[in-house]
Amino acid sequence: MNKTLLSSFLVGVIFGAGLLISGMANPAKVLGFLDLAGLWDPSLALVMGGAVAVGLVAFTFAGKRTLSLLGEPMRLPTRRDIDKPLVLGSLGFGVGWGLAGFCPGPALVALGAGEIKAVVFTVAMLAGMGIYELIERQRKKSAS
Amino acid sequence: MTIDWQAFTPWASLAGGALIGLAAAIFILLNGRIAGISGILGGVVNPQKGDIAWRVAFLAGMVVTPFLWLLFHSLPAIRIDADFPLLIVAGLLVGISTRYGAGCTSGHGVCGISRLSPRSLLATGAFMGSGFVTVFVIRHVLGV
Repeated sequence: MNKTLLSSFLVGVIFGAGLLISGMANPAKVLGFLDLAGLWDPSLALVMGGAVAVGLVAFTFAGKRTLSLLGEPMRLPTRRDIDKPLVLGSLGFGVGWGLAGFCPGPALVALGAGEIKAVVFTVAMLAGMGIYELIERQRKKSAS
Repeated sequence: MTIDWQAFTPWASLAGGALIGLAAAIFILLNGRIAGISGILGGVVNPQKGDIAWRVAFLAGMVVTPFLWLLFHSLPAIRIDADFPLLIVAGLLVGISTRYGAGCTSGHGVCGISRLSPRSLLATGAFMGSGFVTVFVIRHVLGV
């Protein structure tokens, strides 16, 4: 098996395990964090803190390399502009996140746990991504 | 603000978060890629030749995590209170918005903040903010 495929798979497993251990895969807990005015569960702030503490070190190293350890090109994002899709998209994502307590990663893990509601959410999310592709394809066609 | 001390899981959340950070770290250092779930899914919805297999491997890893987990331990609680219509609306919104916003909690919230990317700092502030407002409106204005 190709090394990059194997590492992709293993990273998916580690990521999924992190979501399960941290409580992120449980929408009720996510909503407990987003509910500042109710009984507030601050746990998820620590999830992000723990992740970013490790990430800061890794991305500092990554930024100095031109090739990855497996010899792949480093595909680090280069954009720095703030545009309307970024702002409106992120605001819209937060609304969807707050409605059900699911963001994309936890939905996939809950789906793997056999939660039918996670299956429904994931199918709707994929449909949403398909709608994005259709809108953008149409927009590019009419622009050219 | 009242903290829900009973729901608060500082150590599990910190450890799970560190594991998520580790996954992102391994992915950028070995594969040279950003572990952003919405972006990885987006590339499966709109497949480009030669850029699919690693995405499927990563997503498969996430989905099988609960199965692997069950070999050692029972799964932690996953409680989904949203009903089916709400899950569909939330899923569509998350799908469209994360593609326009170029990322979600993983790509912006973990990887982007670790890179100190101004776009990701803004995106994370935006989706956390609108998530807080959404839950406030649902629970404390509409009282659902």
